[in-house]
Amino acid sequence: MSVLELRGVSRVFGHGANGVVALDGVHLSVEAGTMVAVMGPSGSGKSTLLSIAGTLEKPSGGEVLIDGTRLSAMSGREQARLRRRSIGHVFQDYNLLAGFTALENVTLSLELDGMSVRRARAAGTAALDRLGLGHRASSFPSQLSGGERQRVALARALVGDCRLLLADEPTGALDSGHGEAVMRLINAACKRGVAVVVATHDAQLASWAERVVFLRDGRLVDQTAPPPGPESLLLPVTSGR
Amino acid sequence: MSVRHALLAQLAEGPKYGLQLREEFEARTGEIWPLNVGQVYTTLQRLERDGFVESDDVDSGPQKSYRITGRGEAELAEWLRTPPDMTSPPRDELVIKVLAAVRLPNVDVQEVIQVHRRRLVELMQQWTRLKEDEAQYDLGLALLLDAELYRLDSVILWLDATDARLRREAATPTPARSHDRPSPRPGRRMGARR
Repeated sequence: MSVLELRGVSRVFGHGANGVVALDGVHLSVEAGTMVAVMGPSGSGKSTLLSIAGTLEKPSGGEVLIDGTRLSAMSGREQARLRRRSIGHVFQDYNLLAGFTALENVTLSLELDGMSVRRARAAGTAALDRLGLGHRASSFPSQLSGGERQRVALARALVGDCRLLLADEPTGALDSGHGEAVMRLINAACKRGVAVVVATHDAQLASWAERVVFLRDGRLVDQTAPPPGPESLLLPVTSGR
Repeated sequence: MSVRHALLAQLAEGPKYGLQLREEFEARTGEIWPLNVGQVYTTLQRLERDGFVESDDVDSGPQKSYRITGRGEAELAEWLRTPPDMTSPPRDELVIKVLAAVRLPNVDVQEVIQVHRRRLVELMQQWTRLKEDEAQYDLGLALLLDAELYRLDSVILWLDATDARLRREAATPTPARSHDRPSPRPGRRMGARR
């Protein structure tokens, strides 16, 4: 069963003749332990797709299913609970709370969800440790580098029982080295069974995914073939002069 | 790639046998660039002829050892600092295909672009998988994979820019589109064709 399934999802902003179609009949399934990249230019609908998959926005048409349950059949409270417990978001600009430490940023959603402070701190510390940031737990975002901030954001997204990670240009603000480090961590989370959707216009980032789907004007127009083995990567050698 | 200079660089670390040179070369490039052993010996003979390496003449078989000469070291140092010729844009097949598609009637250029974009992303996925599996432990392979990923990425960026430019053109048609110009202007030739 897919962790995330979009069935004919559409999203129209505005009404009637002035309506703008942001998504148009999108079908997409993402299994546990797989990474799907959604590639497309600015304005193609990538962020809208992630917002709808993450229950932050309602579709104008179609159905979203998380672990086989239709979101339309859930109350607003149930959706908020699902969002806190099972869905993690990572954004290009980190979206960390400035007045909270790294650990507090990570544990906030757990405490809001009713978990005891002690258990939330243990889970938060474990999540930071896993991303190599245990020693920065009491630092504030302004004291962290861009790469560290994004790792805190990733720890916040993955803490607890995250089943679905939605990442919107997660390496967009980072240099190539830190960008690769973040993608390795997202990939490791995926290998542990998290379903991942990455929205990006960056082919280097998208190439970490097993499947890349191409979005254009709100429609999925193409996708990559299943991967062949690495033996197809032999380069010709010339003798030079 | 110049096998000749790659071998010189390996010999600059110390004397080596032909077979050893091949094995080291392949190991350092993650076995992505296979090297024919015959090619190694032919290249070594030429390097010896040009005075860049010398061998002990005792053994003529696979145990024949080669070492770099002072002249070879000077050649290697000069080669390292000589930029490869990039003055002329290469006659890139993909660029030519897209230029042709733009001019042809009844061809959906965006569809043509997407076919190539997808194929390039598929190649990048394969390289990234290799990077994920092995390049963490092998600096040479990591550098090689980065080079290939950036090269393919730059082609995709060009396709994306082309796609966006064509969309802008379609949205705001202008009377004097550059490809409708009757004849090329003089003095616009780029690079130095030889």
